Amino acid sequence: MLTPQLVMYEEEVRQIQNVADRLQQDSRSQAILVVDKNGQLIAASGSASELDTTSLSSLVAGNVAATGGIAQLIEEEEFTGQFHEGKGKSVHMTIVGRKMILAVLFDKSTTQGLVKLRVKKASVELESILLEVDKKAASSKNDVFSEITDADIDNLFND
Amino acid sequence: MSFINYSSREINCKLVYYGPGLCGKTTNLQYIYNKTREDAKGKMISLATETERTLFFDFLPLSLGEIRGFRTRFHLYTVPGQVFYDASRKLILKGVDGVCFVADSQLERMEANIESLENLRENLTEQGYELDKLPYCVQYNKRDLPSAVPVEELSELLNPTKVPEYEAIATTGQGVFDTLKALAKQVLQELRKGS
Ligand SMILES: Nc1nc2c(ncn2[C@@H]2O[C@H](COP(=O)(O)OP(=O)(O)OP(=O)(O)O)[C@@H](O)[C@H]2O)c(=O)[nH]1
Ligand SMILES: [Mg+2]
Repeated sequence: MLTPQLVMYEEEVRQIQNVADRLQQDSRSQAILVVDKNGQLIAASGSASELDTTSLSSLVAGNVAATGGIAQLIEEEEFTGQFHEGKGKSVHMTIVGRKMILAVLFDKSTTQGLVKLRVKKASVELESILLEVDKKAASSKNDVFSEITDADIDNLFND
Repeated sequence: MSFINYSSREINCKLVYYGPGLCGKTTNLQYIYNKTREDAKGKMISLATETERTLFFDFLPLSLGEIRGFRTRFHLYTVPGQVFYDASRKLILKGVDGVCFVADSQLERMEANIESLENLRENLTEQGYELDKLPYCVQYNKRDLPSAVPVEELSELLNPTKVPEYEAIATTGQGVFDTLKALAKQVLQELRKGS
């Protein structure tokens, strides 16, 4: 395989979702997004359904990528966490397991300290789930796509 | 890097439009955005300068139909073409599944085209990719302009490996969807190969 793929199965997505849900409650934040470093949303929790999560995911990933670029230029391994504070709302972003980003949106009903604390715990849990994801990906083949025909692909564009 | 989610039954792929400054990358995405049904697209995000030059990237999420029960989503990105934004271009290329090189057909932009194409190769190599192994197509844009170089010449210069190539006028949309479809197809075929 040329391009590495990220493959997620129901079991792991459910586990990630659970971690996100718990983090949202424990940190008393508004919404949680778990995004891969390329900007694809993996799980969302809290008031995320009211948000444009696709746009947010892409911007969060762009932001983390840009900051990562800055880190490289100044020879810092990686900035693991970033925090943007607004008047009403704030965002906390951390890299988890090298390829995921955990973004927490919160307001005045909690504190940055509490968010940070809970994020730490959630990160540890997410990391072990991600290890499992990697293991599964290495051992299994996704066979759905071997059956795709040219006609299937053409049909996508017939509108 | 395509992302296959068995839980939500979705395939996500990342397509990048690359090319020299002002060749029409952003215009391609704007046309696609304007012509796509509401339910098949998300918001288009443009991180641009005050003069509408791309500063970091444009982003357009598209949702095509289903394949074998999986919803196919394409995330379209453009890079900033101006030479000095190279660091940003490298970041956008991360995790790419397919590349469209948009060339500016005007004679006076030939050097810029060549330079940008070399830059694409270098930046991909730096990330561990090889252009010749990626889903890849070339678009000759701005066919409407008087100084447009004949396609045969452009092809010889910019497409030595003869990947699929398309003529376009991004401002009117000519060739824009042909290019997108060709690239999306290649990406899906690659996915099949890889599985
Ligand atoms: N005549 C003509 N003009 C075009 C065409 N495509 C794009 N343009 C114009 O070219 C200019 C630059 O287009 P953009 O799409 O912003 O170029 P870009 O490649 O995104 O440029 P950067 O963001 O700097 O990399 C705009 O004024 C467009 O209207 C075309 O096919 N024909
Ligand atoms: Mg642009």
